[in-house]
Amino acid sequence: MATQLEPDARADENAFRTEVQEFIAANFPEELKNRGNALAGVEGPSKETPAQKAWREAVGERGWGTPTWPKQYGGGGLNKAEARIVEQEFAKAGAYNPIGGMGVMMFGPTLLEYGSEEQKQEHIPPICRGEIRWCQGYSEPNAGSDLANLQTFAEDKGDHYLVNGQKTWTSGGQWADKCFAIVRTDKSDKHKGISFMLIDMDTPGVEVRPITMISGMSPFCETFFTDVKVPKENLVGEEGQGWTIGKRLLQHERTNLSGGGSMARMMGASLSNIAKKYCETNEDGSLADPILRDKIANFEIRWSSFLLTARRAVDESKAQGGVSEISSVLKKVGTTLGQERAELLIEIRGLQGLGWEGDEFSDSELESVRGWLFGKATTIYGGSTEIQNNIIAKRVLGMLDHQ
Amino acid sequence: MAVLNEEQEMLRDMARDWAKNESPVAEFRKVRTSGEPQAYNADAYATMAQMGWAGVIIPEEHGGSDFGFMSAGLVIEELGKTLTASPLIATTIAASAIILGGSDEQKAKWLPKLASGEAVATLAVDESARHDPSSIETSVSGGKMTGKKAFVHEAHGADLFVVAAKDGLYLVENGDGVSLTTRKLTDQRNHADIAFDGAAAEKLEGGGDSLLEDVLDRARVLTAAEMLGMAQAVFDTTLDYLKQRVQFSQVLATFQALQHRMADLFADLAQMRSAVEGGLQAIDSGFGVGQAATVAKAEANRVLHLISNQGIQLHGGIGMTDEYDVGFYLKRARVLESSWGSSSYLRDRFARLSKY
Repeated sequence: MATQLEPDARADENAFRTEVQEFIAANFPEELKNRGNALAGVEGPSKETPAQKAWREAVGERGWGTPTWPKQYGGGGLNKAEARIVEQEFAKAGAYNPIGGMGVMMFGPTLLEYGSEEQKQEHIPPICRGEIRWCQGYSEPNAGSDLANLQTFAEDKGDHYLVNGQKTWTSGGQWADKCFAIVRTDKSDKHKGISFMLIDMDTPGVEVRPITMISGMSPFCETFFTDVKVPKENLVGEEGQGWTIGKRLLQHERTNLSGGGSMARMMGASLSNIAKKYCETNEDGSLADPILRDKIANFEIRWSSFLLTARRAVDESKAQGGVSEISSVLKKVGTTLGQERAELLIEIRGLQGLGWEGDEFSDSELESVRGWLFGKATTIYGGSTEIQNNIIAKRVLGMLDHQ
Repeated sequence: MAVLNEEQEMLRDMARDWAKNESPVAEFRKVRTSGEPQAYNADAYATMAQMGWAGVIIPEEHGGSDFGFMSAGLVIEELGKTLTASPLIATTIAASAIILGGSDEQKAKWLPKLASGEAVATLAVDESARHDPSSIETSVSGGKMTGKKAFVHEAHGADLFVVAAKDGLYLVENGDGVSLTTRKLTDQRNHADIAFDGAAAEKLEGGGDSLLEDVLDRARVLTAAEMLGMAQAVFDTTLDYLKQRVQFSQVLATFQALQHRMADLFADLAQMRSAVEGGLQAIDSGFGVGQAATVAKAEANRVLHLISNQGIQLHGGIGMTDEYDVGFYLKRARVLESSWGSSSYLRDRFARLSKY
């Protein structure tokens, strides 16, 4: 089998595994065991404790939070197998990856591909160390699924651009240090008039207003740009190349929104284990309600396939040296299953699973309710399910546009 | 598609070319027309065995290539694409039972013959129309088997039956005390009820308490591989048809309602492939076989059901005709969905294995 390792490679892997275990033993604070990654979460930051800070700095220094990124820019410089070992050992120890967020998921990989040497030197190392939070300036009030209809305009003023316009659904905009944005530099061409640029959120003229969502949370913002000066060196790629670069970034977004570890973490404990706590069971431990049991099995079977699909997309992409065609289904399938799980969780818990606030509800019950509501966004943002279907039909299946 | 090694790619390409050129659906039409209960072309099976396909999971010392289940699945998938009728899956399942549970003598006697195609074998477990390995009445006393088996795949033409009795699996050679009754199912393939009346039976003593379930898991995964090939073929044919067929002065592929349906099916097919390949790989690695095999067959059932129905719907009226192949896939699909575990059976099994 091609996937089996040569004896030498296996010895190297064992040595590396030991190195990772030693690193965790030396650096991972016990009090953080089995706790999540606040920085990468969608709800924004919690105040970093000294232990969290120490762990972030330790991982950041090694570059292991971004294990496969090049070492010269602060990444881990690891191969896929080594990266998997880091992931496995972290999981075994109950340790989380403290380096996350949009810089890691979307912006970093895109900048590594399209950025200038100076831009990479400036922006990638702080992402690897988890020091800078990025937000995404994409959607506008009239540019949602029809993203290329965006109107935020960057006027050429010689040594800088003057940016005016409004972005919306800016995830984490209120906490972000910087924004990667697609803006219009030419009004005469819908797609070729778009450029990709980097905007400091503390520049005068940038105003952020959080939007309260059905979940009661405010993970998204409206972001207004009024005569915002953006230096020319913050343009990524060429003027007019923004649509190409912006779409590449969306591919990273889709892969991460669905297949990556973040989705798996969001899923939490298995539904069947939760059901056994809330619902009546038979003497042998099986669920007494046969219909609910069947529904849970039906979900868990498809969820198992999805995890296999996500793994396969990674393996195929690696073997082909390009994005595998099944990557196009990950976002659509993963987000739909996530929503189905949230609905099943409510069915399992009954009204106890619909609490809004109060001590009578456990933290996990309350979080699930907010998560169920927030989860409705997952099939809308990052290219809605309908847009994913268009992409699959046209790009993968070669089904033509209406003539 | 799982990432393959060079041997596997060669094997798959060989099977793909052979199925396409030598065994298109037109060949199955000939078998059907002949009306023989055996319902496969014995010469074609001899050729398949010569190419080594019957020995893919059999150890080299017994005349096989020991390439494993992932490799066997690749061949079976390609043959499933063209609905190739053959006892390859049945023989491979039976061989796996002998490999897991057979004595050295039993292995030496049967495996080389199965690998070379000289003998054909099949697994007989169920005694009624629904898969239920927990209610077996067939018994053996003094080396003689008594009992009935229902809807046995590839029974006609089989030299050897691997038969589940109350106390384990037995090898029974076709001969005295074995009588077959043809059961013509909608797929018009080779099925029969078998009555054992004092037939000589030799127990598979190895393999432990889980032997029957272990063999059934192999049957589930290999059947799922055939179903994967069928689903892929129906999907590809349907997509092709949508790109040709013109209505309202437009090819159908330009209509968004159909684009989105195909995108949904494409995603389901991706899920099915992951599950089936996951099952094959689990058997090769020996890790988590029960659950992986259950997921593989459950997903194969779900997705092939969907795609075989949509294949007809999207072809429109022409898909209802015997002249078009798509209906053949629908009929074979239901037979395989009902074999070795229906969707509800498999969901129950998944829950049982997961202890809920």
